[in-house]
Amino acid sequence: MSFPSCVIIFVFCLCTLVGLQITSVGRGRGGTDSLSQKLHSENKGKTTELVVQGLSLVAVQGCHGKNHKDAASVRATHPIPAACGIYYFEVKIVSKGRDGYMGIGLSAQGVNMNRLPGWDKHSYGYHGDDGHSFCSSGTGQPYGPTFTTGDVIGCCVNLINNTCFYTKNGHSLGIAFTDLPSNLYPTVGLQTPGEIVDANFGQQPFVFDIEDYMREWRAKIQSTIKRFPIGDRLGEWQAMLQNMVSSYLVHHGYCSTATAFARVTDTTIQEEQTSIKNRQRIQKLVLAGRVGEAIEATQQLYPGLLEHNPNLLFMLKCRQFVEMVNGTDSEVRCFSARSPRSQDSYPGSPSLSPRHGSSNSHIHSTGADSPTCSNGVMSTKSKQSHSKYPALSSSSSSSSSSSPSSVNYSESNSTDSTKSQQHSSTSNQETSDSEMEMEAEHYPNGVLENSSTRIMNGTYKHEEILQTDESSMEDSCPQRQLCGGNHAATERMIQFGRELQILSEQLCREYGKNTVHKKMLQDAFSLLAYSDPWNCPVGQQLDPIQREPVCAALNSAILESQNLPKQPPLMLALGQASECLRLMARVGLGSCSFARVDDYLH
Amino acid sequence: MALLSRSRYTQEYICQIFSHCCKGPDHQTILFNHGAVQSIAHLLVSASYKVRMQALKCFSVLAFENPQVSMTLVNVSVDGELLPQIFVKMLQRDKPIEMQLTSAKCLTSMCRAGAIRTDDPCIVLKTLPCLVRMCSKERLLEERVEGAETLAYLIETDVELQRIASITDHLIVMLADYFKYPSSVSAITDIKRLDHDLKHAHELRQAAFKLYASLGANDEDIRKKIIETENMMDRIVNGLSESSIKVRLAAVRCLHSLSRSVQQLRTSFQDHAVWKPLMKVLQNAPNEILVVASSTLCNLLLEFSPSKEPILESGAIELLCSLTQSENLALRVNGIWALMNMAFQAEQKIKSDILRGLSTEQLFQLLSDSDVNVLMKTLGLLRNLLSTRPHIDHIMSTHGKQIMQAVTLILEGEHNIEVKEQTLCILANIADGTTAKELIMTNDDILQKIKYYMSHSNAKLQLAAMFCISNLIWNEEEGSQERQDKLRDMGIVDILHKLSQSSDPNLCDKAKTALQQYLA
Repeated sequence: MSFPSCVIIFVFCLCTLVGLQITSVGRGRGGTDSLSQKLHSENKGKTTELVVQGLSLVAVQGCHGKNHKDAASVRATHPIPAACGIYYFEVKIVSKGRDGYMGIGLSAQGVNMNRLPGWDKHSYGYHGDDGHSFCSSGTGQPYGPTFTTGDVIGCCVNLINNTCFYTKNGHSLGIAFTDLPSNLYPTVGLQTPGEIVDANFGQQPFVFDIEDYMREWRAKIQSTIKRFPIGDRLGEWQAMLQNMVSSYLVHHGYCSTATAFARVTDTTIQEEQTSIKNRQRIQKLVLAGRVGEAIEATQQLYPGLLEHNPNLLFMLKCRQFVEMVNGTDSEVRCFSARSPRSQDSYPGSPSLSPRHGSSNSHIHSTGADSPTCSNGVMSTKSKQSHSKYPALSSSSSSSSSSSPSSVNYSESNSTDSTKSQQHSSTSNQETSDSEMEMEAEHYPNGVLENSSTRIMNGTYKHEEILQTDESSMEDSCPQRQLCGGNHAATERMIQFGRELQILSEQLCREYGKNTVHKKMLQDAFSLLAYSDPWNCPVGQQLDPIQREPVCAALNSAILESQNLPKQPPLMLALGQASECLRLMARVGLGSCSFARVDDYLH
Repeated sequence: MALLSRSRYTQEYICQIFSHCCKGPDHQTILFNHGAVQSIAHLLVSASYKVRMQALKCFSVLAFENPQVSMTLVNVSVDGELLPQIFVKMLQRDKPIEMQLTSAKCLTSMCRAGAIRTDDPCIVLKTLPCLVRMCSKERLLEERVEGAETLAYLIETDVELQRIASITDHLIVMLADYFKYPSSVSAITDIKRLDHDLKHAHELRQAAFKLYASLGANDEDIRKKIIETENMMDRIVNGLSESSIKVRLAAVRCLHSLSRSVQQLRTSFQDHAVWKPLMKVLQNAPNEILVVASSTLCNLLLEFSPSKEPILESGAIELLCSLTQSENLALRVNGIWALMNMAFQAEQKIKSDILRGLSTEQLFQLLSDSDVNVLMKTLGLLRNLLSTRPHIDHIMSTHGKQIMQAVTLILEGEHNIEVKEQTLCILANIADGTTAKELIMTNDDILQKIKYYMSHSNAKLQLAAMFCISNLIWNEEEGSQERQDKLRDMGIVDILHKLSQSSDPNLCDKAKTALQQYLA
């Protein structure tokens, strides 16, 4: 009886902690913009001429290098994004030239590029000739050893505590600067002829084990989250967590689990049992693609609800039309000679939980999977398949950072229904216990034959679909036909389409133009333009996954009408956490890159 | 051992028992001979963290200063992975500190035993930086102590590791912080903290001294950096007079390491009158401190050291002479070594004091010491005593008989080339004296020996013997004609002719110069 509940509780406890730790935890978009880091010479030095060749920098003849005014610096094309958490680059001294007056460091935009880094305000450097560090000042502080031809000098900016340390040949030299400002550019300066350096922004392996350093900080941030003090409010917390779990179960209509959970934890469920079951039944109908029946049931159980929500009704009807095309809606199914089972393209319905409801789907895709470190040194952790160093052209930060994952996301949506069918058939076995329990249930006011719905509570992982190999599925696809291939059903569908068109026009008259509606209708009708609707540009509408947002919207509306929260608090907390992390990335709090909501969702 | 296959709790507790009970090489050997390494190795990949941790601890105890175990560990593998690789994984920075530190200890033992090279990346890029991190302010006091001690052990004999450690994470500055406990803040605000600080203060100080000693063992620049650290010399001076033997010992070690620097001997050692507390340490200290302290004193008595004078005045001769009588070999060596340094280019009075303090009896005792080091340093002392003509004549007039006896004895005995060479050099010095010459000229036995060594197969000994002859036949001196005649009669000139044809340029030159004396 408590089969999924223990798993769920564990997961939820963790995400709740994230949700409530809003002020100090976050995660970043991952500064993809600096993946394309190169050296860039803006310098128009009077005496020193620097030649930038890709990532090499050469001080050429003609510079005298007699005093600091003869120096010249170049900086990378992009500043270090705060959201990357930890930033690292290395510079190899190919030749120390005449005197080896070289400086490696950081500088803000607008800093004088005719001097070695460190001399001016908002400029920081480590110089090879004396091993001193220069913190916006003409006088250096003893810092580390000198460096010369053959040495590899690394510079690491920690954006979590705003410090910087250098490395020499893979050995950390200790903190050089603290309280660094944001938006600094990696900078290299040379002064005497013949000095040559190569910069490495991650295109080659680093000498210093930066991975290990990042591991330490990831562990630090995560232990801060885990050890967030709750003091003597432990009891309060437990009750709150239990409520969150309970409300989540109730929200999604996991009736028996919710009851079992309430019994074990000694809590009460606000909503009545029958109400939960009714909602559950309606949800099952939508998820099974039997939208017509779902509308009927809603009108019967919650009179007036759809009348007050014309937008929702329109959405449902559009979906119903799509399902008719699909051949799953009961209005067309009654014509079908096929057995209901094989026709049911959605036997194991996904529970809504992994998707976090429709309103959260964008959160899922917004950079959640983008690499946390700008120069890609940690992107190995990311499951995404996009390249570490996508392109050498700069990709601007906010918009593009989310793109890789969202591309993947939409791919998954366009996968045809059989894929989920295959998947769910495997998960059928794993969760057969739950299925049996569901079948044994009795619905006192059931309009519906219990045996025909094989919807279960089992967990359905959105990610698993992502990982399924698309091509391997193509052949196993059974032949599908419009409205199940039945002529009468097709007639009915066309008639229904006309009714839908009329409804749309009616809504348009009453409430004014609605572009969303227009688009929805257009998409739905477009299906008819193709001989094989399942393999057409708008074919993804037929994917059973598309039932989920409709189902969620209907469920929320019902709950709202009963004066219950339309979103479970758990989802709110999760959404808040994700939003908070994005906010942190925006305002430059580096720690956000080492705390990912995904890490806490198992 | 048989129980190790039982439940994870049994495994955990058994490993814990082993690591707590295993004390010293005997226990290590017993466990090793019973197959502990193989039995425990697979626990390193146990699913339980506690089992892994206790197994790791076991290895750190088993391998500690034990070359046999350490050499074995390198080749043991679990699930196709060699132990060093497993240890390196446990060093990762996101692992618990306890695990990082303990695996660093294992790797350190293996490195010191020679099982892993000192330039292996797993030492240079993993173990060493990990241990430096353990010294940081963020770590617990216990961890900082253990980290510093382990690091001191790791780099003790390798100058490259010392150089790397010295630039890593400002280690030298970081260590200065070890002396700041109990801090002034803790004294006022928090009794519990004060107690904790006090308990660890000694441990911290001695660990820091130890690590400074290792860091400065070989490299002059590092020594300079250490001494330039805030109040460093004051801290050492204070450390020398601490009640805790451990701290005193570590402070002396540190001083010893730094005393290898000529520049520091001349400057900071003098500025801080380091010799004073050092002489104090030498009074009634346990042997382990005496060994290091007397060794340090040796350096402070080098002729360029400005501390030499005040040390002499504070009764060092007596102290050092007594050390030469010690049962402890290292103390005897250091005692006589210090005396040797002291006698180098010293004035007459000091030389007489040394001879008087040592007594001829003791001198003979040392010359018949079974340890070649003691013998060499004693001969060195004699050679230093017998330099500059007036000194030679003076000493030979008082102790001539005994010294000639001793020289004869050694030249007749079974000794290595270096000892014989040193002895011949003493003879050459004696031959340089005005009156002392006669002690050789009247001793046919010695003359025959010199003649013998002129034709020895070893060029070094031939050269040393020739120095004697050269000094004896030198023209401008009184009575040179008689000496030349006597030696010619002995057949020395023939040998010189032969040697002037030698292929060895040194011998050839020397023989030709000697022959010229006859021509003049």
